[in-house]
Amino acid sequence: MSVRTLTYAEAAAGALERAMRADASIVALGEDLGRGGVFGQYRGLQQAFGADRIIDTPISEANIMGAAVGMALAGLRPVVEMRVIDFALCAMDEIVNQAAKNRFMFGGQGRVPLVARLPIGIWSASAAQHSQSLEAWFAHLPGLVVVTPATPQDNAGLLTAALQSGDPVMYLEHKELWSERGEVDETLVVPLGKAATLHRGNDLTLVTWSRGVAPARAALQREALRGVGVDLIDLRTLWPWDQAAVHESAARTGRLLVVHEAVQVAGFGAEVAAHAAEATGCRVARLGAPRIPVGYAPVLEAESRLTPEKIALAARRLLDRR
Amino acid sequence: MQRLFDLYRLMCRIRCFEEAAETASMGGVAAWGLAASDKPALVRGPLHLSIGQEAVAAGVCINLVREDLLTSTHRGHGHTLAKGASAERMMCELFGRASGYNRGKGGSMHIADFSVGMLGANGVVAAGIPIATGAAHALKVRGAPHVVACFFGDGAANRGPFLEGLNWAQVYRLPVLFVCEDNRISATTPTGAMTAGAGVSARAEAMGIPALKVDGNDVEAVDAAAAKLLAEVRAGSGPRLLHAVTYRFKGHVSVDPGTYRDAAEVQAALQRDPLRLARERLLALGAATKQVDQVAADAKAEIDAALEAAAAAPWPAPAAAYEDVMTTGAGVWR
Repeated sequence: MSVRTLTYAEAAAGALERAMRADASIVALGEDLGRGGVFGQYRGLQQAFGADRIIDTPISEANIMGAAVGMALAGLRPVVEMRVIDFALCAMDEIVNQAAKNRFMFGGQGRVPLVARLPIGIWSASAAQHSQSLEAWFAHLPGLVVVTPATPQDNAGLLTAALQSGDPVMYLEHKELWSERGEVDETLVVPLGKAATLHRGNDLTLVTWSRGVAPARAALQREALRGVGVDLIDLRTLWPWDQAAVHESAARTGRLLVVHEAVQVAGFGAEVAAHAAEATGCRVARLGAPRIPVGYAPVLEAESRLTPEKIALAARRLLDRR
Repeated sequence: MQRLFDLYRLMCRIRCFEEAAETASMGGVAAWGLAASDKPALVRGPLHLSIGQEAVAAGVCINLVREDLLTSTHRGHGHTLAKGASAERMMCELFGRASGYNRGKGGSMHIADFSVGMLGANGVVAAGIPIATGAAHALKVRGAPHVVACFFGDGAANRGPFLEGLNWAQVYRLPVLFVCEDNRISATTPTGAMTAGAGVSARAEAMGIPALKVDGNDVEAVDAAAAKLLAEVRAGSGPRLLHAVTYRFKGHVSVDPGTYRDAAEVQAALQRDPLRLARERLLALGAATKQVDQVAADAKAEIDAALEAAAAAPWPAPAAAYEDVMTTGAGVWR
């Protein structure tokens, strides 16, 4: 049976395994992959495919990403593991100037079909350099696809789609979701650029993604939102994002709240809010982290975290705005 | 002597191409104290010329076959021509025309001809090194019997990707020849003043990569060293490094007069013009003057025709700016 209960990490490992069985040109490279990856998201794959296809690399982020570009140009479809998105900052030239621009800059002579897995988010008291959500950086760059799965099902279905896309994909799993369990239909391919509407209502549109989904769901049960009809949309892909779904909902509800764990200032929520307001005239509000580095002590880290209470309060304020 | 003729022909074609591009670029950029002219130049933007360095491109690339791959630098016209690209389509690209290799989207700094394995010049110093190691890694994984030549400048050896890429290539024993085309100057600063230790060969050898240092203006010496190292690379012995010491006759970009350099140093370097050395060697070996001169004349005719074709070539349509960005979500740009 193709429907199984899996963790978010297992769902991705399964999707990669199926893709690698179907396509001999897919390889994965990164640090510690032979041991299953730092979060277990490659568990068993080196045993299945050998060290030539599940490649353990030196701690050389620039070369990992640059080599993936070269591999792609020479006929492979590499999956790049960056361990945490914070380390991808050591490979920004290779992402921004090389992977993203290669196809255009060389006039379409080549393609860079690579999937770069850059785990994001606050996780396990990891402090300022292992907790960032930098999806807006990559959404800003022409040439890149940006994917932010929130569930085991989507981590399987979106990774499958990313591996088929032929474009450079920044695939942003959230570290706090690795052990989340859910039913996964392994035959399902989740199309890039299609949002999921998780709850329906006509009073407020609540758009979020990744680790924002769970507290947003919980917020719907809070006293502040009693009797309020909420359209809850998980964007799933940030570029291309599902403008049609958000516009349709925002035009109907007249109010849009965008919620993300990333810093609110210049976050991707600003883009979604401005775009929807331009298209529909809806009222908009954003909720993201304050513009502070993520702190270590629980009380400091909590300042950067989303909670159902914070989301419910932001929604209530938007509903009460005249 | 036939091989020296072939090398000389490659060098003449590169020299002619560079000189023609330089002339066509005059007035194109406001920089280095010069104003842009009112009339736009035919070649616009930064143009990095390899005049004086032709022997390195020719001496290495004569040892490559079409299926071998190559990555280059911002100073990449010579490598591209030597790998087998058409001068006409290259010139069309420098002119920004739709018939250029990059359909007018890249220009000089991104010149490339993937069809002959030339995977691109690059606007970022040392950026070609990781790409070359990845291409070589792919060749190894795929079991392809070919190699990668990775050109970079002396300045690149001070960037992190140099260390990461060489270490990587040696760890996986990849089929790549690293070629340090050492023109002794990093943009406008003497590289020696900015570089610690015993040089690029010593850095490679510290990682266990055998290296050879050659006179990069002696095309036969470059050819011989590249042939030896590439034979080892092809035999599966892992990466090798060729350190070719040469000299950049021109400024950093075409409009840069390079006045920051010592005039005596420039004069001394001009005496060792690689084309002149090769010509003298041909004559010393008994080649007929007429035959040698014909090589240069043929190169000039080829480049003149390329210039004429480029000037007449159509511009890209504005809609081409939206093509080849990406497939996923194409059509939505805002």
